[in-house]
Amino acid sequence: MAHSNDAREAVMIGRRTDGTIIRRPLSPHLQVYDMMQMTSALSIMHRITGSTWAVGLIFLVWFLAATAAGPEAYARMQWFMGSFFGVILLFGITVAAWYHTLAGVRHLMWDYGYGYDIPTTYRTGWWVIIATGVMTVLTWVVAIIAWAS
Amino acid sequence: MSDRQTRLQTPLRRVRGFGSAKNGTHHWWMQRVTSIALLPLTLWFAFSIAARAGDRWEVMAEWIARPFNAVLLIVLIAVGFYHTASGLQVVVEDYIRPDRSVMAINMAIKAVLTLLGLLAALSVIRLAV
Repeated sequence: MAHSNDAREAVMIGRRTDGTIIRRPLSPHLQVYDMMQMTSALSIMHRITGSTWAVGLIFLVWFLAATAAGPEAYARMQWFMGSFFGVILLFGITVAAWYHTLAGVRHLMWDYGYGYDIPTTYRTGWWVIIATGVMTVLTWVVAIIAWAS
Repeated sequence: MSDRQTRLQTPLRRVRGFGSAKNGTHHWWMQRVTSIALLPLTLWFAFSIAARAGDRWEVMAEWIARPFNAVLLIVLIAVGFYHTASGLQVVVEDYIRPDRSVMAINMAIKAVLTLLGLLAALSVIRLAV
């Protein structure tokens, strides 16, 4: 292997299954990547919103278990969900859930083999961001009308 | 093939069962299948539950108990928790080292999600039957 003064070369050394040394390409990581691009930012947001939704499932379980437990447990759950803290939490889960759902559709589109070129990637990226806003507002308009009536 | 090879095992035999050569294809495929199933289920649940914000207990319990809603809720719980477990597994595999920690954390995640999923499903069944 050729001599190099770049310290990053050290992490590029790998071994083949027969033990011989080989220089492997380095995966993109935080230090070499601009994370504020549409492509990478939306990619990591898909993971963050997925993980957020996973934690948010606790509120689905609480909602169903409290309803099954009876009127008192239901009233306590409803009090929390309707409190300032509860509404902020539910709103955050709504944003994360719609983003993850819509970005998931974008991933399925890619899996189907469509939309890999940069212009389409940016267009579908904006589509996901705008649709997340629309769906979130729509969900909460429905919820607020139902709550008020 | 390297001339340094001294073992009789083929390269395929030596890598089988190591690294990523496990059940990746099935895992990847099931993530897609569950995500497609979750699309209509999520739309239905989000707007159904938003339209019932602030409902009294009697009304909400009766809504969950309807056979159509109860079945969809149980399917949503089953598919949703499966999808969550497989998604978190990938996140853990990507960011956690060493492998034994990955194994332990994924077992813990699956245990917690199984218990929560069963609790949610049992709650629906209790209201429905």
